[in-house]
Amino acid sequence: MPRDMMFAEAIAVAITEEMQRDPNVVFYGQNMAMTERDPFVRKFGRDRVRITPISETAELGIAIGAAMSGLRPIVELYMAEFMLVAFDEVINEAPRLRYMSGGQVKVPCVFKAGFGFAAGWAGQHSNCTYHAMMGIPGLKIAVPSTSADAMGLMRTAIRDDNPVVYLHHYMLTIDKSPVPDGEHIVPFGVADIKRAGTDVTIVATAWMVKKSLAAAETLAKEGISAEVIDPRTLAPLDIKTIVDSVKKTGRLVLVDQAPRHASASIVIAGEIAEQGFKYLKAPVKMVTALDTSVPYSEALESYVLPSEQKIVDAVKAVLMMQTAAV
Amino acid sequence: MQAASQLPRERLTWMYTQMLRIREFEERVKRTFVEHPGVIRGHAHLGDGAEASIVGALATRGESDPVMPSYRCHGYPLVLGTPARALMAEIYQRRDGVCKGFGGSMHLADPAHHFPTASGIIGQGIAHAAGVAYAAQVKKTGQVVYSFFGDGSSKQGAFHETLNLAAVWKLPVVFILENNMYQAYTHYKLEDANAIAGDPLSQKAKAYSIPGVTVDGTDVLKVYEEVGQAVDRARSGQGPSLIESRFYRLSPHGNAITVPPVPTQFQEHEAIEVYGNKAEFEAAKKNDPILKFRAQLTGNGTLSEAEAKKIEEGVRAEMDEVVKFALASPLPTPEDAIKYVYA
Repeated sequence: MPRDMMFAEAIAVAITEEMQRDPNVVFYGQNMAMTERDPFVRKFGRDRVRITPISETAELGIAIGAAMSGLRPIVELYMAEFMLVAFDEVINEAPRLRYMSGGQVKVPCVFKAGFGFAAGWAGQHSNCTYHAMMGIPGLKIAVPSTSADAMGLMRTAIRDDNPVVYLHHYMLTIDKSPVPDGEHIVPFGVADIKRAGTDVTIVATAWMVKKSLAAAETLAKEGISAEVIDPRTLAPLDIKTIVDSVKKTGRLVLVDQAPRHASASIVIAGEIAEQGFKYLKAPVKMVTALDTSVPYSEALESYVLPSEQKIVDAVKAVLMMQTAAV
Repeated sequence: MQAASQLPRERLTWMYTQMLRIREFEERVKRTFVEHPGVIRGHAHLGDGAEASIVGALATRGESDPVMPSYRCHGYPLVLGTPARALMAEIYQRRDGVCKGFGGSMHLADPAHHFPTASGIIGQGIAHAAGVAYAAQVKKTGQVVYSFFGDGSSKQGAFHETLNLAAVWKLPVVFILENNMYQAYTHYKLEDANAIAGDPLSQKAKAYSIPGVTVDGTDVLKVYEEVGQAVDRARSGQGPSLIESRFYRLSPHGNAITVPPVPTQFQEHEAIEVYGNKAEFEAAKKNDPILKFRAQLTGNGTLSEAEAKKIEEGVRAEMDEVVKFALASPLPTPEDAIKYVYA
């Protein structure tokens, strides 16, 4: 029987069970495992579970070295922005070393971070940075939207032989959703159709999946059938599932919390322009953040970020539009 | 650790041979830019002047101890046992290269000989070395990791973050700061606060409450002694040390940075080219670590003049063959470029 589980708990369960399964999995980061009462410390001891100073370059660099030497480190970064102070390790070390060595080494590690806060954390802690990573060959990026995916993608991230950036959206942390029994695994590069539909395809990740599903519900009441697709990993990116959906619906709305040119949506739009143009009955529409930093005041913040209403409006707009070719 | 004064003749001969191999290899890399323009692309960084420091340090190794150099990385694998021909073939962009032509001069790697990788980004490999040490600690392998980097790296965040964390975790790693007097093209006395204050760079160890010593990096046996003590300390679980090994890089930072089709070669050392300080460079050449060790070995009867010459001829013959092999090695297959992106 599937059971309801909080998003954050699903991640913790996956890490715990993988650490039980494989003694090479280690877990460390800032402000974690601070006392001997910590459940990870109690279960796995201080060799495998450690506290670090606020030293992201050292934390990530050590993970890379340890990964090359047979461990499978998970680094708890708390906030994705903190990765930016050590971005060389993320972009120009972890994914390069295997390639530059001519395949002699592998770097299996997980950089785990919350992201995208939209609860008044303002300009420096509310960002979506995945766009800067999703084009880096050698790096994988997981972005779950449900508890089941959070658990299954974390398992895959730990078992993968490559560096994986695992981004969990803060606004989903305490959401409960069903998780299947047993060793639930979600493969990378396989999009999930979160809601089937026939009139329009909506593609969204993380918190935007929740907003898109709410929008689809509203649209359904007006007789509009929206299909909602969650790619679940941005690298590898499952374009085929999106193309197949567009083949059916002929219309595509891309929802993304990042500003337009820093979004995953713009990459998907490019792929669909090349691979799915002939199926489109209307131009692709992107619902993204405005081109600003994220402001503090809620009145400002909600104006900047995508919302259920903006998604509903975008869907209605593409249903009214026709491509020049049709 | 065996005391330097107790080292047998065979070991001393080995050390001299390895120092020569590094020098002769680097000489041939440099000459390639003149004799075979275009065979080496990008940027190559030579370790001439570092021979005593590299060999003195690596002579203290246990047989499975990992070594993590910076991008100036030709010398270490030569000592570790990587075939010189595979290193030269890599620098010559060939299929038989140690990284099959994917890495080049700055990114050599040979994990089979305990050289996991080198990073081309200054200082970042220091953190990777600590990670290799963390794995050794967790897996209780008894290994000690040798982390080599330049004076320039010691101003990087990666250096400071890693020394702190390595000290907190008591990681089995020895940090060897090779002060070759120049960070790229800039004299270290223009950019290092310790140097400006008249202190040694090993002073930085004090900030992390770990041992820090400065050693004459042109004296192979002194390097051996100091690194050996730090290795013993690390292996017994007492954590990391910092060793500043001072020597003089005898070649400039790298071959001149040019844009094709303008050919690139090694120019004069920046002491002359940039600072007009020929006297400093000439003094360094007189203090050549290889000539010093040779004089020591022939002076105390460890080697006869004839024996020394025989070693030198042998090394030169090896390196001549290495160049021939690398030149004859085929280029990689273009389609292989998409290999190795993911494991």
